[in-house]
Amino acid sequence: MYEFVAFYIFAIATTILFLITVMSKNVLYSMTSLAAGMVLISGLFFLLGADFLGVVQLIVYVGAVMALYAFAMMFFDATKDVKEKHGNSALVFLLGGLMALVFVVMFSAPIIGENIQALYPVGLAENLGASGNSQDVGLVLFTKYLVPFEVAAVMLLVAMIAGIILAGKKMDYSLTECEASDEELKQEIKKEEV
Amino acid sequence: MDATHLPEVTAAGVIIKAVLILAVVSAIAGFGTYIERKILAFMQRRYGPQHVGPYGLLQLIADGIKLFTKEDIIPQHANKIIFAVAPVITAATAFIALAAVPVFPDFTIPFIDVYVPSIASDINIGILFVLGMMAAGLYGPLLAGMAQANKWGIIGSARTAIQFLSYEVVTGLSILAPIMMVGSLSFVDFNDYQADGTWLVVYQPVAFILFLIAGFAETNRTPFDLLEHEAEVISGYVTEYSGMRWGLFFIGEYANMITIGVIASVVFLGGYNDFWIIPGWLMIIGKIAFSFFFMLWVRAAWPHVRPDQLMWLCWKVLMPLAVINVVITGIVIMLAQ
Repeated sequence: MYEFVAFYIFAIATTILFLITVMSKNVLYSMTSLAAGMVLISGLFFLLGADFLGVVQLIVYVGAVMALYAFAMMFFDATKDVKEKHGNSALVFLLGGLMALVFVVMFSAPIIGENIQALYPVGLAENLGASGNSQDVGLVLFTKYLVPFEVAAVMLLVAMIAGIILAGKKMDYSLTECEASDEELKQEIKKEEV
Repeated sequence: MDATHLPEVTAAGVIIKAVLILAVVSAIAGFGTYIERKILAFMQRRYGPQHVGPYGLLQLIADGIKLFTKEDIIPQHANKIIFAVAPVITAATAFIALAAVPVFPDFTIPFIDVYVPSIASDINIGILFVLGMMAAGLYGPLLAGMAQANKWGIIGSARTAIQFLSYEVVTGLSILAPIMMVGSLSFVDFNDYQADGTWLVVYQPVAFILFLIAGFAETNRTPFDLLEHEAEVISGYVTEYSGMRWGLFFIGEYANMITIGVIASVVFLGGYNDFWIIPGWLMIIGKIAFSFFFMLWVRAAWPHVRPDQLMWLCWKVLMPLAVINVVITGIVIMLAQ
């Protein structure tokens, strides 16, 4: 009973928050509702008994959206509305609506066909003498999904190295501790470019 | 936990526990402001508050009256909704985090026979939940700074973002080594692991120090209080706040200090186990009080660092140390088996 009520509260709140994310013209509203929606999704994980995934959702998305905020801070004035360019709003609605419809059909087809079975349900690790949610996830991650897991790790490593190479050209001296004036710095940069 | 020898946790027990935590933490946080001023004054050879009541003890009530009756100002160009929500986020997440933290051992109230558990909600992954919730609390300063249409606020929230991205890695990695040793993410398991009297800090001194340093950054305490350093950014993210909205940020910060104190005591310093003839509840209060005092001590003793120094410290010194610590712990555990 409690779970039933809680599910609908979380589901409705999440949908409304993500609608605000898409509809709002204010950066601050969009970002805040995105972050709040992500936090509420972790509530759905907790209801399903997947405590570990719920907390991971919380930690990962809190950090990720925080990085988005940093970009928003650099590019927009957070207290003003963003002027959006709408070339052909009818086309946008049509394409968006079609995409949404396709996704709904894709994900609801197996449910209607009653063809969904949990291959690795919660409580899997208990047979092996280690009860707990994180053990369940670890067991599946390091047996069946080992290859995707490692591939994802390598991709993240590639992204990190690329980021360091792109941003790290002048990382050997600190601009804060530099005692040269702005003019001298500009000339220095020009010299290096030549 | 196995439920065979533990009494059933009822809704009444959980509610009593929640009220207990709220009461104790609010009391410590409120009294903490007075203690903080007195200790700082003592260390800097001043008197501190002394005019209101005996030894200035009623200063707390005077501050409360001031906070409650001060005019509540929302700046003209600020984003009003976000401006109002931000302080609530800080205070609420700080107390939500306390829901999964064990304060005091479990006990049964004698006459009405209600069992009060040691944690309001003993979720299996308590330690991650607490750290995640405290991380979510940093949305308070971030949103506050961005919503108030003030350049000092924006600088404050920019500093929030970099501080969050710096310390979060160190917190996670430093606490990973003790988690590997205990083999669980539940605070109760951490406490039981140290029931024989050997504290985890003996095995994991490096992790303990790293966690403390990251904890100072997490609670915005002095070596890392970049978000609202008066000498540089007026008051950072709280520049435009007044009255009780400002007070909520303050309560959140003090509750977070206590949470960090509890995590440090339970994970590294033996938890709420009895020690010699001293009962467990007294031990944990003593440890939390000491970590609180330690934070004030550091505040009196150290100057604060620059943002770039914080990033340098976290990414180039603490994170490699934490990774090395995790690797060595892993090798030792593997060889010991």
